[in-house]
Amino acid sequence: MENSALEKVASQVRRDIVRMVSAVNSGHPGGSLGCADFLSFLYFEQMNFNAESFDMDGIGEDLFFLSNGHISPVWYSVLARAGYFPVAELGTFRKLSSRLQGHPSTDKKLPGIRMASGSLGQGLSVAAGAAQVKKLTGDKGIVYTLHGDGELQEGQIWEAAMYAAANKVDNLIATIDYNGRQIDGDVEDVMSLGNLAQKWLAFGWEVLEMDGHQFEDIRAKMTAAKALCGKGKPVVIIMKTEMGQGVDYMMGSHKWHGVAPNAEQLTVALAQLEESLGDY
Amino acid sequence: MEFEILGNKDTRSGFGEGLAELGLTNPDVVALCADLTGSLKMDAFQKENPDRFFQAGIAEANMIGLAAGMTIGGKIPYTGTFANFSTGRVYDQIRQSVAYSQKNVKICASHAGLTLGEDGATHQILEDIGMMRMLPNMTVIVPADFNQTKQATIAIAEHNGPVYLRFGRPVMPIFVKPDAKFVIGKADVLAEGTDVTIIACGHLVWKSIEALAILKEKGISAELINMHTIKPLDVQAILKSAGKTGCVVTAEEHMMNGGLGEAVSQVLSRELPCPQEYVAVNDSFGESGTPMELMTKYGIDTQDVVNAAMKAFARKG
Repeated sequence: MENSALEKVASQVRRDIVRMVSAVNSGHPGGSLGCADFLSFLYFEQMNFNAESFDMDGIGEDLFFLSNGHISPVWYSVLARAGYFPVAELGTFRKLSSRLQGHPSTDKKLPGIRMASGSLGQGLSVAAGAAQVKKLTGDKGIVYTLHGDGELQEGQIWEAAMYAAANKVDNLIATIDYNGRQIDGDVEDVMSLGNLAQKWLAFGWEVLEMDGHQFEDIRAKMTAAKALCGKGKPVVIIMKTEMGQGVDYMMGSHKWHGVAPNAEQLTVALAQLEESLGDY
Repeated sequence: MEFEILGNKDTRSGFGEGLAELGLTNPDVVALCADLTGSLKMDAFQKENPDRFFQAGIAEANMIGLAAGMTIGGKIPYTGTFANFSTGRVYDQIRQSVAYSQKNVKICASHAGLTLGEDGATHQILEDIGMMRMLPNMTVIVPADFNQTKQATIAIAEHNGPVYLRFGRPVMPIFVKPDAKFVIGKADVLAEGTDVTIIACGHLVWKSIEALAILKEKGISAELINMHTIKPLDVQAILKSAGKTGCVVTAEEHMMNGGLGEAVSQVLSRELPCPQEYVAVNDSFGESGTPMELMTKYGIDTQDVVNAAMKAFARKG
């Protein structure tokens, strides 16, 4: 896909995000905006999937697991824009009886979602299990995950990291949203991750670093990650992003992690984001 | 008494045999273990199906997540570790990635309760039935002996949904017929009686069988129900029997809070109020000792079932 086309998708996704959270005065715009480029690329260029007839088992498809479930707005928008469900349904986000729960769930049967997430740190284990079944059954699909950087403070992540390397789960590509922010402040201040690349290297993973807002770099690194699959090691991408990317007053702080813009703030945000594919 | 002792074995070995049989008959079954393969008797499955056996190491949270992920693609994962590490340690992983996500994971828990013995209270979980039966979508099974544990292990592969299967370490008499059919949610009436209903699960079923004879000598005719499935509970079996006898004893190797007794009392208080006595551990941790010493000390032995039945019978007035 042309970079200009990807930029249009991402711009519309960002509009969806701020409109969704503003409408219910709740939700997590900061991380969602920061991952809009990455998820747009993943679903509009990288992954092989069947959006028209969603199947839980995803045999023969690439799979994606969102481990940091609180950035559900960006995932819901990308899923809808990729054809999993009608974009009009984005208007039900966080409302009673909606399939678009505050955090992703499977019990309301929203197409595109294979696992609940929200309680942090569980997605890498799930993805490793799904990836091992693909290997066991000769399925060539690749399993992708996304994690917050603050989420890496959860111990289960490192259990899964150790397991995936020890068991050569080499059809697994994990991405870290390395925005440096979490609810209480900068990750560096709350609990430093230290040398993150060295940590993953020490756990036996292939490590790539990527600019999460430059499609050229995303394409280069995602292509490289895919090429590393099947060579005996899982792959992690440390993706540098800006929380709140695309809305100037949300950038540069952790303040908009879990706060929705009011009507006035929404107007300011929407003025900065092109309505490229039509609002829901 | 019509109970024939068919042998003496531990229920965990019933799990091991059932899993080994599934290894031969069901290619979708995979197994995961957190460094307790021998204790869980999973060696036979591992030996015969090395590609379908996953050693998770001492990392139970990851093991539950792996199992949840392995259902995607159609596998039926059986996880194995001690009951303590199968529930309390990984409650949130089970809650989100298995129960809420409706994944077809079978959580198989050995060394449950006091009868783990000498290792002591750190390993003797008495709250696991309560935790698991509180979870929506979860089926909770506590088979009574070796044969029934084997049968249940095989039966749950045919049930599409999360299951908690609880069994233990001590060698106990076998009394369920080897060809009996295990039906999830359908209680077994082991003895018919008219004066009191004893509803038991797990090792307490055998203790209750022993109690039947003592009660008979005292002139009390007890009905005994093996409530191997705690959830979904066989409500009709409870109401039918309690309607006849007018009083109930529940017996379990578990905390009184949250266990079988509480599940039964929910039914009785709404549908058929009648005296109920509880044979269970009363708000206490365990300690080191032999399994049988512990059952006596903590009030879940044969005599405790007898006493509870006498008391319930007397309360009928």
